Amino acid sequence: MSQARQPIESGVPDPFQYMHPALKDNYGKWKWHERPRVGVLHHVAENGGEVWTVKAGTQRQMDVYTIRKLADIADEFADGFVRFTARSNIEYMVTDPAKVDPLIAKLNAEGFPVGGTGNSISMISHTQGWLHCDIPGTDASGVVKALMDELYEEFTREEMPNRVKITTSCCQINCGGQGDIAINVQHTKPPTINHDLVANVCERPSVVARCPAAAIRPALVNGKPSLEVDERKCICCGACYPPCPPMQINDPVNTKIAIWVGGKHSSTRSKPSFHKLVAAGLPNNAPRWPEVADVVKKIVSAYKKDARAWERMSEWIDRVGWPRFFELTGLPFTKYHIDDWAGSRKALNTSAQVRF
Amino acid sequence: MAKKMPETPLLDQLESGPWPSFVTGLKRLANSEDKPYANMVKSLLGQLEHSYETRKGYWKGGTIGVIGYGAGVIPRFSEVSDKYPESKEFHTLRVIPPAGMHYSTKLLRDMCDVWEEHGSGLIAFHGQSGDIMFQGCDSANVQPAFDKFNEMGFDLGGAGAGIRTSMSCVGAARCEQSCYDEQKAHRMIINSTLDDMHRPALPYKFKFKFSGCANDCVNATHRSDFAVLGTWKDNIQIDQAEFKKYVADRGVKEIYEQVINMCPTRAMTINEDNSLDIDSHSCVRCMHCINVLTKALSPGKERGCTVLVGGKRTLKVGDMMGINLIPFMRLETEEDYEKLTEFATEVLEFFAENALEHERLGEMIDRIGFPNFIEAMGIDVTPNMVAHPRTNSYVRMDGWDEEAAKWSERRAPAAE
Repeated sequence: MSQARQPIESGVPDPFQYMHPALKDNYGKWKWHERPRVGVLHHVAENGGEVWTVKAGTQRQMDVYTIRKLADIADEFADGFVRFTARSNIEYMVTDPAKVDPLIAKLNAEGFPVGGTGNSISMISHTQGWLHCDIPGTDASGVVKALMDELYEEFTREEMPNRVKITTSCCQINCGGQGDIAINVQHTKPPTINHDLVANVCERPSVVARCPAAAIRPALVNGKPSLEVDERKCICCGACYPPCPPMQINDPVNTKIAIWVGGKHSSTRSKPSFHKLVAAGLPNNAPRWPEVADVVKKIVSAYKKDARAWERMSEWIDRVGWPRFFELTGLPFTKYHIDDWAGSRKALNTSAQVRF
Repeated sequence: MAKKMPETPLLDQLESGPWPSFVTGLKRLANSEDKPYANMVKSLLGQLEHSYETRKGYWKGGTIGVIGYGAGVIPRFSEVSDKYPESKEFHTLRVIPPAGMHYSTKLLRDMCDVWEEHGSGLIAFHGQSGDIMFQGCDSANVQPAFDKFNEMGFDLGGAGAGIRTSMSCVGAARCEQSCYDEQKAHRMIINSTLDDMHRPALPYKFKFKFSGCANDCVNATHRSDFAVLGTWKDNIQIDQAEFKKYVADRGVKEIYEQVINMCPTRAMTINEDNSLDIDSHSCVRCMHCINVLTKALSPGKERGCTVLVGGKRTLKVGDMMGINLIPFMRLETEEDYEKLTEFATEVLEFFAENALEHERLGEMIDRIGFPNFIEAMGIDVTPNMVAHPRTNSYVRMDGWDEEAAKWSERRAPAAE
C-alpha cells in the first residue's frame, strides 16, 4: 500500500500572487479616495497611481458557471483579477477609467447588480440554513434572495443616511452576527425529545451544562437514561439541540422569526453596539418570507426618512428615542422588549428623561 | 441514465426578481448531464424543496476528515436519503482564501475545475468565518479534493474547538485609511497557530480578525476573540488647503452638521480663515471625519493597532463586545509584527490552559476578572481599558500604595 499523503500545512496563502498589479504596486501607498458614482470607488496613490473599483452583488452560493462567468468578465475588463468583500460582493479593479462604464454595462447585462458602496444597503450577510446546516430553523440563501429582491433599489443607490448592514441567522446562535437590522430565528417552544435516542446520541452531562437557563436534568424515561426539560425554566433558545439532536427545537409553526436593530461593529462616532429586539413572532414563511420583508422595509423607510446624514441605525434611535422608533415604524412595543437577562438593569431608563 | 429533475415549485419562486438566484445556479448544475455531479444536485434540490415544504432541515453531522487533520471538513449526511439518495453525503470543505480575498481568474478557474471533478460544483465566497466553502462532496471524494487544493497551495480552515479561519480587510492593498499591514499580521498570527486549527483541542473556538482602522470592515470587534484594529498615536494629518476647499464646495453649515458636530468628543473647531483645528488629546481615533473628508484628513504617521479581546455572540452568557486590552502597539518593523504574534500566542496559551470546556475567551475573562487577566498577560493597566472606573466600593484595596507607586514609576521619565 502506498504511503498516505501528508498535508502541507501552508495556512493562509500569500495574497500578492493573486492581487491586481495596481494594488500590489501601490500597497500601503494610497492617499485618498472618492466615489464617482454608485458602485464605483476611485483610489489615488501618493505617486499619482489610480485604480477604479467596480463592486457587484453575487448570490454567494455560486455554481461553477456563475464563477466562470465572473472570471470571464474579469479577463475581458479587469486584467484577470478580482477580490471578494466580507459581504460576498465581488470587486473588479481597472486602471483605465474608460473601462468603468462598459464593465458596469456588462455586469448588469449578465444579471449582477452594481452598487453596495457608500451609504447604500449592501448585500445581506448570511449563513447556511436548510441548504447545508445541521441545526437550522430556516433557510439563509432563500431569505437573502427574497430580501435583496425587495431592497435591490437601495443596493444600487446611495440614498441612506449611512450604510445599512443587514444580517440573517437561521438559529439563535446567530452566525450572521450583529447588524443595523438582524433577521434571526427565534424559537417559541421547548424542544421535543426523542427519549429512545438520547442515551446513545448525546453526552448527557455536557448537554446539561450547555443550557443557559439550567433547565435540563438527567432523567430515566420509560426505563431509559435520558434528559428532561423543566419547561417553566426553558427559554426555548435551542442551545441543547446541536450537542443533542434528539432534542429537536425546530418546528414548522413554532419556529418564528425576530427582527433586531442597531447592531454596529465599528467604533466610528458612537461605540460599537449590540442589536436590540424590535419585532418577533413573524412566521417562517418560505419561499419569500413576505412578513419579514414587510417589517424590514418599514424600518428601512423610517430610518431613511428620519435619520440625519451619517447617523447609523443605532445613532438615529439614540437621538430620537425608542418611543419615536416604535411610533415611526408602527411596530408594537411589548413586555418582551424589556430585557430580563443578567445585567438587564442597564437596559432600563434610570433617569427622569422621557419623550412624548 | 439521466435522473429526472425534481419538481421544485417553492424554490422556483426564488428564480424571479432582480437579485442573482442561487436556485438558478443549482439548476444549472443539476442540468449538467455530462458532469458527475448532475444527479447529486438534482437530489439536493429535491431535499431543499422538501425543507421548504416542511420548514425543517434534514442534515446531520458526523465524522469525516482528511489524513493528518482533525478539522476543516464539515460532514453532512442526509436524514432523508431514502428519498434523495444521490446527495446522501454532502460534505463541505472549508478552505482558507488568500488574505484579503484576492483572486486571479486562473485561480478561480482551477478551483472550479477541482470542484467539478470531485464535488457538486457549488462554492460559496465566503462563509461567515472567511472560508471558501466548497459545498457538496461525498465521503470518497473528500481526500482527493483536498489533495488537489493542497497541491495548489491551499489549506483547510478551522472548525470545532480550535483556531478558526480568519479575515482581514482589503487594507493596505487598496485603502488609504489602513493603519498597519493587515494581511501580514493576519498571516503571521494564523500561520503560527495552525496546529490549533488543524488539530483542534482548545476549550472552545478561538477567532482572530484584522481590520485596518476603527471602521472595522471585517467586524472584528464583536466577532472575534482577538481583534486587531488599526489606529495611530500622533495627530490626524490635515491638508488645510483641501479642508478649505471642502468648506468652499459644501458650505460651512454642511461641514458643521456632517463633520464637526458629529465628532464624538467635540475635538474639532473651524478657525476664522476656514482652516481646521483638532484637539488630538480628545480625539478617539473613531475615523468619522476621515471617512467624510477623504482628501483633507488622514490617520497620523505613528501607526499601529489596538487589540480588543473577548468578543462573541450570545451562547451561553449573552453577547460580549471585545474589551480594549492593548490601546496601542506600534506596527512598523518586522520585530513589531513578531511582538504582536508572540503576544497573540501568549493569550492563546493562557486561554488553552485556563478556560473551562465550551468557554470563550470573553467568558473566561469575566470569570477570572479582567485585572487578573491583564496581570497574567504582563500588561500594565491604563485608563484606556475602562469606560469609567469602578462604581462599587466592595473591593479589598490594601495593595493600594504599591499599585499607585507602579503608576508613578511608569509615568516618570526614563532614567538617563
